[in-house]
Amino acid sequence: MLIDWFTVGAQTLNFLILVWLMKRFLYKPIIDAIDAREKRIAAELADADAKRAEAQKERDEFQHKNEEFDRQRAALLSKATDEAKAERQRLLDEARQAADALSAKRQETLRSEAHSLNQAISRRTQQEVFAIARKALTDLATTSLEERLGEVFTRRLREMDGKAREGLAEALKTASDPALVRSAFDLPAEQRAAIQNALNETFSAEIHVRFETAPDLVSGIELTANGQKVAWSIADYLTSLEKGVGELLKEKDKPEAKTTPTPEAKAEPEPENKAEPKPPPVSVEPESKPETKAEPEPEEPTPETESK
Amino acid sequence: MRLTPDEMVFWQHGFLKLNATIVFTWGLMFALAVGSKLITRKLSTGLERSRWQNLLEIVVTAIEKQIEDVGLRDPKKYLGFLGTLFLFVATASLCTVIPGYEPPTGSLSTTAALALCVFVAVPLFGIADQGMGGYFKSYVEPTFIMLPFNIISEVSRTLALAVRLFGNMMSGAMIIAILLTITPFIFPIVMTVLGLLTGMVQAYIFSILAAVYIAAATRTRRPEPEPAPKT
Repeated sequence: MLIDWFTVGAQTLNFLILVWLMKRFLYKPIIDAIDAREKRIAAELADADAKRAEAQKERDEFQHKNEEFDRQRAALLSKATDEAKAERQRLLDEARQAADALSAKRQETLRSEAHSLNQAISRRTQQEVFAIARKALTDLATTSLEERLGEVFTRRLREMDGKAREGLAEALKTASDPALVRSAFDLPAEQRAAIQNALNETFSAEIHVRFETAPDLVSGIELTANGQKVAWSIADYLTSLEKGVGELLKEKDKPEAKTTPTPEAKAEPEPENKAEPKPPPVSVEPESKPETKAEPEPEEPTPETESK
Repeated sequence: MRLTPDEMVFWQHGFLKLNATIVFTWGLMFALAVGSKLITRKLSTGLERSRWQNLLEIVVTAIEKQIEDVGLRDPKKYLGFLGTLFLFVATASLCTVIPGYEPPTGSLSTTAALALCVFVAVPLFGIADQGMGGYFKSYVEPTFIMLPFNIISEVSRTLALAVRLFGNMMSGAMIIAILLTITPFIFPIVMTVLGLLTGMVQAYIFSILAAVYIAAATRTRRPEPEPAPKT
């Protein structure tokens, strides 16, 4: 018999023991280890997934921030560009204004220069004209002219209006010194007598007169008595004419400075300025008149009475 | 000439006796238990692990995979029984390379014991899985007339298991013994190699058949759920 039943039972027992031993020492630990490893791998994979998700999130966030930053930078850049443009515009405006102001100032300076030059030329011309007139009249003044002057003077004395005559008569009477008659040239005896007569007749009294020669009168006669003066001379005319012209020039300059801003128009206003004031002083006339008529003045001259 | 190691008795006291089969079985049990204990004493759960651990993991997962392939849904539940069957039979035949060793599976007593274990385990697993009534009902399926045939089939397959393994293992040892007397050189080695192969094949067949029987007993009335993740 090949089967030994005791051995069969023993082997069955042995096998069951072996099953228990194997379970205890082999399957359980190995399977536990595999499970633990699988769990750990799963955990690591999950962790990796989580990390990847987080990395993705961070990347997205970073990208988002980057975009934000780019946008901000662009905004700042454009803002800075705008500001720079505005600043440039402002500087340009300022420079333009400064340039305008400068050119205005320069124009003003030019204008005032032109004005002063104008004035200087006017003044010079005026002086020249008067000098010429004075010289011409001085040259023309002769004894025969003096005679005519004496006649005019006496006629003036006689035609003197009441108030002036009374003032002068009072002065002549109260004067301690004799009245002084000044003339540019020595008066001839008959003329002196004529003046003496005229005075005596006019004031109906014996008046002491002293005659004097004064070349600065240019041409004319002047009676001075105790602060009262009766004068008729070309120098007086010229002086009053000069004064009138000076005032006229002053008046003309003021409006002219405004109406003639361009310095180029310098040359033109001058002749006009002078052409106007000149006609009144009759600088041309005295030259021709004394030669032809020798009495241009008698028409206009008016005896001046001044109280000193 | 000895047919089985049962005949080599070292000690006997009446009914009790200590023959070579039992002694070699103890030796195998000791080697398996101590080897497993030594290797699993310091198991690593990390990615780095020792070669022995790798080997054992391969063996265990391969057995698990095979059980699953047969159709058992919860392989860990049957791993202890089926895995030990395979390991014992395989180790018993592998050790034939050791001179003086006689495989315990070359004894009809041992194979009968293993077949008896399967014979008992199949209904036990079946009852545990689908209950007493459910399991015994499978014997009268499809009709009551089939009951005797089912019982005969149950018994005969157990006998076939025991005799198949015994015949193969015993024949392997016998052939080597005979060849040693005829051609002492070369041929016994070739036949030993062949014996190793047939031993592995027999271990596989034995455990797979046991798995199939258990599977048949546990899923009889189940409408075969999806054949699991068969790979």
